Amino acid sequence: MSGVPVDPVYGDGPMPGEYPYTRGIYPEMYRSRLWTMRMFAGFGTAVDTNGRFKDILRHGGTGLSTAFDMPTLMGRDSDDEVWSAGEVGRAGVAIDTLADMEDLFADIDLGAVSTSMTINGPAIVALAQYIAVGDKAGVDRARLSGTIQNDILKEYQAQKEYIFPPRPSMRIVTDMMRFTTAEMPRWHPVSISGYHIREAGSTAAQELGFTLANGFAYVEAARAAGLDVDDFASRLSFFFNSHSDFFEEIGKFRAARRIWATWMKERYGATSERSLMCRFHTQTAGVSLTAQQPEINIARVALQALAGALGGTQSLHTDAYDEALALPTEKAARIALRTQQIVAHETGVANVADPLGGSAYVEWMTGEMERQAAEILDHLLELGDGSILEGVYEGIDNGWFVGGIADSAYRFEREVNNGTRIIVGVNAFTEGNDSDDGGANLLRIEQDTEDLQLKRLAAIKHSRDGEAVSRSLEAIKSAARDPAVNLVPPVIDAVNAYATEGEICDTLAGVFGRYVEQAIV
Amino acid sequence: MPEDQNDAVTDRSAPIRVVLAKLGLDGHDRGLKVVARMLRDAGMEVIYLGLRQTTDSVIAAVEQEDADVVGLSMHNAGHLALAPRILQALADSDLDVPVVIGGIVPEADVDTLRDMGISAVIHPGASALEVADAVRRSVA
Amino acid sequence: MSAGSETRAAGELLERARSGDRRALGRLLTFVEHRDARAHGLDDLVHPHATGNAAVIGVTGAPGAGKSTLVGHLVKEIADAGQQPAVLAVDPSSPLSGGAILGDRIRMDGVAEGRAFIRSMATRGHAGGLALAVPGALRLFEACGFGPLVVETVGVGQVEVDVTRTADTTVVMVAPGMGDAVQANKSGLLEVADVLVVNKADRPGADDVRRDLEHMLDLGHITGVTEHWRPEIIMTTATTGEGALKVHQAIQAHRAHLAETGGLEDRRRSRIRQEVADRMTRRLEDAVTACLASEPEELAEALQGTRTPASAAAALMERLVR
Repeated sequence: MSGVPVDPVYGDGPMPGEYPYTRGIYPEMYRSRLWTMRMFAGFGTAVDTNGRFKDILRHGGTGLSTAFDMPTLMGRDSDDEVWSAGEVGRAGVAIDTLADMEDLFADIDLGAVSTSMTINGPAIVALAQYIAVGDKAGVDRARLSGTIQNDILKEYQAQKEYIFPPRPSMRIVTDMMRFTTAEMPRWHPVSISGYHIREAGSTAAQELGFTLANGFAYVEAARAAGLDVDDFASRLSFFFNSHSDFFEEIGKFRAARRIWATWMKERYGATSERSLMCRFHTQTAGVSLTAQQPEINIARVALQALAGALGGTQSLHTDAYDEALALPTEKAARIALRTQQIVAHETGVANVADPLGGSAYVEWMTGEMERQAAEILDHLLELGDGSILEGVYEGIDNGWFVGGIADSAYRFEREVNNGTRIIVGVNAFTEGNDSDDGGANLLRIEQDTEDLQLKRLAAIKHSRDGEAVSRSLEAIKSAARDPAVNLVPPVIDAVNAYATEGEICDTLAGVFGRYVEQAIV
Repeated sequence: MPEDQNDAVTDRSAPIRVVLAKLGLDGHDRGLKVVARMLRDAGMEVIYLGLRQTTDSVIAAVEQEDADVVGLSMHNAGHLALAPRILQALADSDLDVPVVIGGIVPEADVDTLRDMGISAVIHPGASALEVADAVRRSVA
Repeated sequence: MSAGSETRAAGELLERARSGDRRALGRLLTFVEHRDARAHGLDDLVHPHATGNAAVIGVTGAPGAGKSTLVGHLVKEIADAGQQPAVLAVDPSSPLSGGAILGDRIRMDGVAEGRAFIRSMATRGHAGGLALAVPGALRLFEACGFGPLVVETVGVGQVEVDVTRTADTTVVMVAPGMGDAVQANKSGLLEVADVLVVNKADRPGADDVRRDLEHMLDLGHITGVTEHWRPEIIMTTATTGEGALKVHQAIQAHRAHLAETGGLEDRRRSRIRQEVADRMTRRLEDAVTACLASEPEELAEALQGTRTPASAAAALMERLVR
């Protein structure tokens, strides 16, 4: 602000942009390119969200980030009476058939945008639908650019949006990795997500250790499926949480880069530089937002966003202050975006790469995070007899992940209860808690959306060729029974026949079974 | 001598049995798990059903487990839709069992839920003592 | 309420439970479990309807072996065969608070989809309590037309193993890793096995577990082995239900074997003998507690040191038994 000129980076030792990338993956970091400010959109019907997408593109955005509603995320159609009633289009957009995906991207050039789809259990269906929309518009699959979350392992550990048991699910993920590696070089087939592990109550070190373990598990699975590590590793990306313990978070981000680079190089023999770089998206901690005095969440989000920037994130989502209560209102979403714009443009943190590098405390914290993560990785290697992938399967099966997260969550809760941990507005400084508006201004999605979506789905089911649907589902069934066959092409055929997401998932569940969680409390 | 066949003194201090569940598709179970431990540590028996339960599976559990109280975790603002459903299902099965809801519920909705017949609403951040008290009071 | 009206209440509940009212059965199970005054006379009412003919299957194994999931598949097989299964799922109570988290129902019912009556039961600390509650609950199930009856326990601790021992057929589950054959042998689990299940058969190491078990059977480490019965080893994948049918068939084969050799009657008799012993023990314990609470002279003398504890005990026992 005073105009003193600064260098792009300070310090000695391995610099930003140099292996093992502790200080960042690029030499000049945000001086050359600011982080991407990514905000989530998705509500109501595909037509509603298409409108929001076009707004984003009109205002100069090039990235579209799609949130799906719960039935879509769980592989259930909107007309599933037991599971979907009351949830259609509420927490995101409802996508039942290709027709919905066509509407979602109507009049949008898929060759010119980058699309992120946050979906896991039925990710293969969403990807197939996206490819089919591109095919119909004549967009070469090689030009499709984007990311599908598709991180099924953390679903069993934390987010619980699974459909099938772990092993068949991993077969689907590796089929998708093989398919995108062969045909979609600009597509990121898995975004390895610690975010949900943290939200479920883990510590920072558990988030780090579990997420990296999952990342290595995908690497091992893809190699076992015959892929060369340098052919796919550069298209793996990560997604971390930024919570309130400022320096611990920064240490976590730095340790993530260092561990990923070392392991990829030394254990998995990656040689391409891009395979060694841990690129990640960050979102502020939704779970840290309080329903009490919701406005003070703006301050929490600002500090968490700052930690993300100082940790060297490639993109950032800032939470809206009212998210503890409901879906964010437009005003709250705008304030959230403005918050990270202040961090980017007013604070000066973007002027120097890794400004905290060399701080005795930050370097110690980075090492401490690395040490704790190494303990987790060692344990999984032991569980898996030298294989991280097998160790992760075993840890899912014997409740180690879920139990570890539940222990941490309970410890946190007890600390809040007995006052050894202060949460402003919750167990201290509660004056002013009564002044909120009681939720009068919260965004509430109306029942109309659900009725509309049900009509759309009924119309599609009426007009499609039922025989073609049955044939395509039969083809999926026989492909599922043969591990040598890639499931992506038959699923593309089925979505082209307007088979619903629920029908495709039910067909796969008929072969793979459905996963039921254990009561690890 | 039939009066002598009862093997032991009546166990009046039998633990409260709580069915804990989450209805619908939402997968957030952090709060549910914390509450399960709090209630266990308060000496209750928790029949933990966890995620993705239907009103049918909750009713079946209440019947078969002879539960004293039902605890439901709510998230994503589903409480106004889900609460009446479970209350109706309990009434249809002629079950007079109190229902306690935990989760983020805007103040404006708490009275609405009470009027529907929900016994208590537990907010995030409630202490173990408060949680156990809310459950005990709903049973008393 | 007088004892008479309580008996009437229990009688009405039993009538309702016997005509298919699950809630009434749920309530009666609570009476049995609490040894509640309302359960007074219930045993007499149940007795004529509980013939002791329902097959009782015990399923045990280390935590994480996959018991609940397999039981889910097993009861589904039983239901498919046109029978009405019921399950008692026993889990330990917390020794500190007395509370418990009973979580077997999730996986069991997730598989069985409402086709079995499932009751979760906590061990509730006091040794012997469970030993009384389980047979009472099983009789109640039988009186209400349920059978076969499955009792699932965690294979740790003597109480749990004892409960399993009372079954007609005991299934012991092991899996590669945490609950493998060697550990199960150490904990005495294998001794009670009539059917051995190696779960997680899709796992590397499952075949090793099978070989270990074969070896132990050959060496006679498993005392359930007689010249007439060698426990079958069945490989299962509980997550998919693979092998559940074979487990069901092996249980039926074992029962047929018992019926042929008179073993069924032996087991029934030893079960009743055990329950009588347990109930006597319980009465004695209660009597001892009550006797000491009344501050008898002999106790006072022992406390003063004018009498040895052994002599005080002998004198008091004589009084008690008389």
